[in-house]
Amino acid sequence: MSRYFTQDHEWIDVDGETGTVGISDYAQGQLGDIVFVEVPEDGKKLTKGDDAAVVESVKAASDVYSPVSGTVIEGNPALADDPALVNSDPEGEGWFYKITLSDPSELEALMDESAYEAFVAKL
Amino acid sequence: MRYLPLTQPDRAAMLAAIGASSIDDLFVDVPEAIRLDGPIAGLPGHASELAVERHMTALARKNMSAGDGPFFLGCGAYRHHVPASVDHIIQRGEFLTAYTPYQPEIAQGTLQMLFEFQTQVARLLGTDVANASMYDGSTACWEAIGMARRITRRGKAILSGGLHPHYVSVARTMAKYTGDALDVAVPALTAETDLEALIAKIDGDTSCVVVQYPDILGRIADLRPLADACHAQKALLIAVVTEPVALGAIKSPGEMDADIVVGEGQSIGVGLQFGGPYVGLFGCKDKYVRQMPGRLTGETVDADGRRGFVLTLSTREQHIRREKATSNICTNSGLCALAFSIHMTLLGEAGLRALAAANHAGAVAAAERLAKVPGVRLVNETFFNEFTLDLGREARPIVRALADKGILAGVSLGRLYPDEAGLANGLVIAVTETTTAEDVETLAQALEEVLA
Amino acid sequence: MSAINQSGWRPTAPQQGGNAAPTFTGNKALMLEEPLIFEIGDNHTTGVEVAPPVTATSRLGGLARTAAIDLPGLSEPETVRHYTRLSRQNYAIDLGLFPLGSCTMKHNPRLNEKMARLPGFADLHPLQPIDTVQGALEVIQQLAHWLVTLTGMHSVAMSPKAGAHGELCGILAIKAALEKRGEGHRKVILVPESAHGTNPATAAFAGFAVEDIPATADGRVDTAALKARLGPDIAGVMITNPNTCGLFERDLRTISEAVHAAGGYVYCDGANFNAIVGRVRPGDLGVDAMHINLHKTFSTPHGGGGPGSGPVVFSERLTPFAPLPFVEKRGDHFALVEEETAQDHHADSFGRMTAFHGQMGMFTRALTYILSHGADGLRQVAEDAVLNANYVLRSLSDVLDAPFAASGPCMHEAIFSDKGFAEGFSTIDVAKALIDEGFHPMTMYFPLVVHGAMLVEPTETESKATLDQFIGALRSVAERALAGDETLRTAPHFAPRSRLDETLAARKPVLVWKAPETTAEAAE
Repeated sequence: MSRYFTQDHEWIDVDGETGTVGISDYAQGQLGDIVFVEVPEDGKKLTKGDDAAVVESVKAASDVYSPVSGTVIEGNPALADDPALVNSDPEGEGWFYKITLSDPSELEALMDESAYEAFVAKL
Repeated sequence: MRYLPLTQPDRAAMLAAIGASSIDDLFVDVPEAIRLDGPIAGLPGHASELAVERHMTALARKNMSAGDGPFFLGCGAYRHHVPASVDHIIQRGEFLTAYTPYQPEIAQGTLQMLFEFQTQVARLLGTDVANASMYDGSTACWEAIGMARRITRRGKAILSGGLHPHYVSVARTMAKYTGDALDVAVPALTAETDLEALIAKIDGDTSCVVVQYPDILGRIADLRPLADACHAQKALLIAVVTEPVALGAIKSPGEMDADIVVGEGQSIGVGLQFGGPYVGLFGCKDKYVRQMPGRLTGETVDADGRRGFVLTLSTREQHIRREKATSNICTNSGLCALAFSIHMTLLGEAGLRALAAANHAGAVAAAERLAKVPGVRLVNETFFNEFTLDLGREARPIVRALADKGILAGVSLGRLYPDEAGLANGLVIAVTETTTAEDVETLAQALEEVLA
Repeated sequence: MSAINQSGWRPTAPQQGGNAAPTFTGNKALMLEEPLIFEIGDNHTTGVEVAPPVTATSRLGGLARTAAIDLPGLSEPETVRHYTRLSRQNYAIDLGLFPLGSCTMKHNPRLNEKMARLPGFADLHPLQPIDTVQGALEVIQQLAHWLVTLTGMHSVAMSPKAGAHGELCGILAIKAALEKRGEGHRKVILVPESAHGTNPATAAFAGFAVEDIPATADGRVDTAALKARLGPDIAGVMITNPNTCGLFERDLRTISEAVHAAGGYVYCDGANFNAIVGRVRPGDLGVDAMHINLHKTFSTPHGGGGPGSGPVVFSERLTPFAPLPFVEKRGDHFALVEEETAQDHHADSFGRMTAFHGQMGMFTRALTYILSHGADGLRQVAEDAVLNANYVLRSLSDVLDAPFAASGPCMHEAIFSDKGFAEGFSTIDVAKALIDEGFHPMTMYFPLVVHGAMLVEPTETESKATLDQFIGALRSVAERALAGDETLRTAPHFAPRSRLDETLAARKPVLVWKAPETTAEAAE
């Protein structure tokens, strides 16, 4: 399994044709206390860059863009009751949705963990 | 000028402190060619309190006010008795001259009141939650249609012919820009509502059905079959209540499974005021709360663990979401919501039920009396405090003629539906606790005269 | 959720207050805690008397409401006391300065209230025969005349219910005008970065795409960038003038000419008209549509969040598209043009925005205020408002960063930033400390173009003595923020509540009251 990052601070873990998407630890730190997450419905078709989810803190709302194209398998049901998971474990239990990749070659344009760390360090 | 506290010495001292030689120095960024060099010509100068009072009083005297004689108008605005303490409390400076409660530590009065208002409205409408109010009933109605579009992701709304025609007009205006398709109708002068027809129209593209309860002609129908039909197609039922006092007598739309219930709250605590400001009521089921437009007050605790209230879920609003906001609406109708809430607290359930019963009994008696006027037919089988008469000839000139006799006789359907010849003979009569038996008798006799 | 309710209205944390013991009630002398009506009322109590019904016949169609509604009632004395106690937990313009930049309130004259309550205005039904409401229509007509004349515009739509509703009115008129010209393909509205969020929200609602225009370093619209973006896809611009940085947009007339030449329209957000009324007319700046917040310029009360009123003035070319209804003078008679006669001579109107005819109760108040001031007084209003704002700006720019202090005089408001505060201190700490000083805080974190913005708008109804006290208080608090005084972080200390947990409120929304579970239920 390998993990990729976008410049908009989404991450995706890829296992075969299935990806798991969330937002990075850096992103949750910028947003502050997360109060609500809207995840996509099962079966929703997404194109890379589409608005896939919404994440809200008390004073801000941000769109989460899909890092890849594909079909949503499931949104993280735990976030409805406990959006704070995005703060406490953004790159684990706080994942947003799982997706079947329609074009794995899209991953090539994303950053790996060390490239992302370097990217964030410059912000 | 009595509202300007600065004195000439103050102004001179302040200009000196700023380093400006005259007030004109502070307006240097206005292009010279368009600076006004003195008060605008043709407009009068300042006036004393007494002079202004004379001017305004003279204008007010040119109107025939509702209290001047027998009065029977309704159709979206109702004349009820408002207890004296309501107007006293809303004029307290701490309510009247407060801003939106953006600093909750020093706005708990407004915030707690709004939380109480939300709860009262939700219980009255029979919904799980309610917001802190909208501009009025008509804008609340349109906002509900937009909310149904966001929830169902469908763009076809079916509007009952019994919906207030101004509410339909507002929705039509807005739908031109949002692309919603509206299926609209006009009412017929019959005892039956168009519920059956609405049910037949619902399909898989329908976002919502909008029905007024009681409707524009005063008719009441059980909304449960309509709610079931909507839900079978995954569409929403929006119920519109323009006379909230009715909900002290008849089942709430929420109890009949309406998904969104909106209303005009003017009847309770807010006077007629020639059409505004009023107060829009907006309630819905819990599961739709994040799609609800408008301000919301929520309960929380302060840093010392004490209960307190804040504006919440504000990320739905345009000052944060900008072009992705759930609605263009930026304010509520706070002071009118306060008036509503105080009046509702004075009433309580017992008072509301008594008030509703008195309204209904008065309307039943009036309908029976007016139906005896030769040539007049009572259209309704069911009604609360408002019913429609078919006068057998055009109602609008008759209303004008009765106004000359000092009677404000009701709303002619010709005023509301100028292009519908089939409705021209309709006259909608509202009867509230402010209407006396003598008023009804005066109207009945006057009608007998003009119709003879 | 009920757990929060159970915390009750009695303080659950130790009292602060020097050597005093906590009180039994939780009250502190005149600072009275007040429970919710649901905790003190019941379904049987009422504060009104209603005559019993005369007949028992029901025409309710078998739909009688039988289940309890659960609306608690209180007697009249208890009601008056409940709301009076609540009122004392509010700050208000009657108590002191309300320096909320771009939003603010001025003194609300009580003559306005008295006039609005004359039965000839307050007790009128909106659908009465036109002959019986001639005085009301004349009020609308007189106010309309003042608004059109003061702004140098051609007409005014009176029905919009509030400022944002007025913005929508102006933008829909622009949309209708473009469609009439067969140029519905113009889809882009340009909005400066410093604009209030309602501007893009409104444009987006009307189906326009919104593009930001950058600001220059001096806090004004970048005219060159704006002109460069003009073209056949531009529907118009939305510009706030005076802008949300408190500055007059010097180039607005040039911008308007360029936008018009490119086939677009100019919408002006008139929220800050109070700074220029009587000194310059927006019509002379080339504006096509502008809303006026009656509360802000013409002293109608804000009521803790509305009702507002947002009439929109139009240029001649947008006038045909204005909404219905409107009042028209025909000889000595005032007519109300509603749907019925619209097809005769107002066929291009974009339609109706609200039931009935607008916020009449606000019109009577605004007209009363305008007549009180007259043309000379309104000019003095703008001058004193600008003088007060500049006095605040220049009195504090040695201690607070004032990003646009070199951009010329400010208009209605002075802008400061949190630059230079000790590490970890921000605008909110200053704002909350001002509460302890007895002032309402300024607008915080807006406009977004200034980091940690503090926007101070005093208005013309503040005396020099009040301003001097406010300046002293803000100076003192700013010095504490610069020095890193930790006590600022827990301010306010003397308000009815300390900082409230907004995260909790948003994560687990409790929007209506529910009775706490009883001990027996909780144990199950």
